[in-house]
Amino acid sequence: MPKIKIPPVLRNATSGEREVNVEGTSVREVLEALASRHPATREQLFSAEGELNRYVNVYLNDEDVRVLQGLDTPVASDDTVVILPAMAGGSR
Amino acid sequence: MPSGQELIQKVKQQIREIEPTDLHSALHANGAGDEVVVVDVREQDEWDAGHIPGALHVPRSHLESRIEQVVPDRSKRVVLYCASGNRSALAARTLEQDLGYERVESLRGGITLWKDRGYEVQVPRRLAPEQRERYSRHIIIPEVGLEGQMKLLDSKVLLLGAGGLGSPAALYLAAAGVGTLGIVDNDVVDRSNLQRQVAHAEERLGMPKVDSAEIAVKQINPDVKVEKYPVRLGPDNILDIISGYDVVVDGLDNFPTRYLLNDASVRLGIPVVSASILAFEGQLSVFAPGRGPCYRCLYPTPPPPELAPSCGAAGVLGVLPGVMGLLQSVEVIKLIVGIGEPLIGRLLLYDALAASFTELKVRRDPDCPICSRDPASISAEEMGKFPDYEAFCAGVA
Repeated sequence: MPKIKIPPVLRNATSGEREVNVEGTSVREVLEALASRHPATREQLFSAEGELNRYVNVYLNDEDVRVLQGLDTPVASDDTVVILPAMAGGSR
Repeated sequence: MPSGQELIQKVKQQIREIEPTDLHSALHANGAGDEVVVVDVREQDEWDAGHIPGALHVPRSHLESRIEQVVPDRSKRVVLYCASGNRSALAARTLEQDLGYERVESLRGGITLWKDRGYEVQVPRRLAPEQRERYSRHIIIPEVGLEGQMKLLDSKVLLLGAGGLGSPAALYLAAAGVGTLGIVDNDVVDRSNLQRQVAHAEERLGMPKVDSAEIAVKQINPDVKVEKYPVRLGPDNILDIISGYDVVVDGLDNFPTRYLLNDASVRLGIPVVSASILAFEGQLSVFAPGRGPCYRCLYPTPPPPELAPSCGAAGVLGVLPGVMGLLQSVEVIKLIVGIGEPLIGRLLLYDALAASFTELKVRRDPDCPICSRDPASISAEEMGKFPDYEAFCAGVA
């Protein structure tokens, strides 16, 4: 089953889970499955129009899906989808 | 029997002497018609302390055995010099009378008079004995060597932030012998910083971080020049501050400034080693203008505030910025010395809890508003003006 790596900022929404295994044969399906299982992730991943939020990078293994087929990128069962928002840290 | 001095005086009358002014003119003459070969006949330690630019070194003790390799053409115009004109006079006589050189002159007054006239003296690049000792562990590595260490000593690295990331970077880059370390930070040392900001100390609470970091740097390596910028980086000062540096280390704590830094560094062609951290995870990449993607290629749009908490809000494992700051330092050294594969076009993710490293590819965006444009096409007026990145970051719903 494909797995999704959850970044720290989204883990509140997944009850602390760092990796989630979901069914899906495309990036869209896999992220949709995540959003169904953990509804709090939906608005952080998807815009109102159902597109991926621009500030969230999604990788299929090590490649940004934007250079592949976007949300329609096919996902195999041993693939890993990585969700990556930007971090800036800081003490403020 | 003549005295030594008398002999030298006698020899000087047998050879031709040239005035420093005339030698200087001959060396700077435009025509290459009458090329002059300048030979320094002094000892090694005198040569090391400085010599006439362009001179060749043949110590007088090896004159007869080496001069032919150095000046094979006996019809060439040769000017010999030493410290004050005595040894070179004796050497000139040897070249003329014993070795058949046709056009030999001795510099009157030697390099001493040359310097008195205000003419240039070149000092060869050599490490002082203390430096050889200090950097010995670098020098013996083939990939670094004396040459690599010289590059580090000549380099200028700017640290943006003397906090979690900047602290370890400052210490290790100072240890490595980076010649000039610039530090930008307008904050003061706070007790909560000490959990991770190792360039600071209990006894320096309340001190401006740039001053505190400078103390730590000098304690490791007094040779490092520290330039302090106790200011907030903004569109009005960023170009002036970062200009002239070879590499920028990004340890910034907010998005608008990261975007601003990206814009400015791409315009000036300065590579940025960028890291960010949160809780138990770190990210690291190298943005090298012209060689790979820029920060904007990776993050075209900033996240909304709720997806970008600060360490103050979410916490951070103290040692984590230590790890990332040191990884940044490694990339800086690789870029300066020119070894290994810097993380250009690659994003390294470190998960401290899993003790795992993951690598993601970062592609250049052909339509990137920042780096798809040729910096040469930016006019002088435009160069100093930046988009409002605060608004850019705040504008995301």
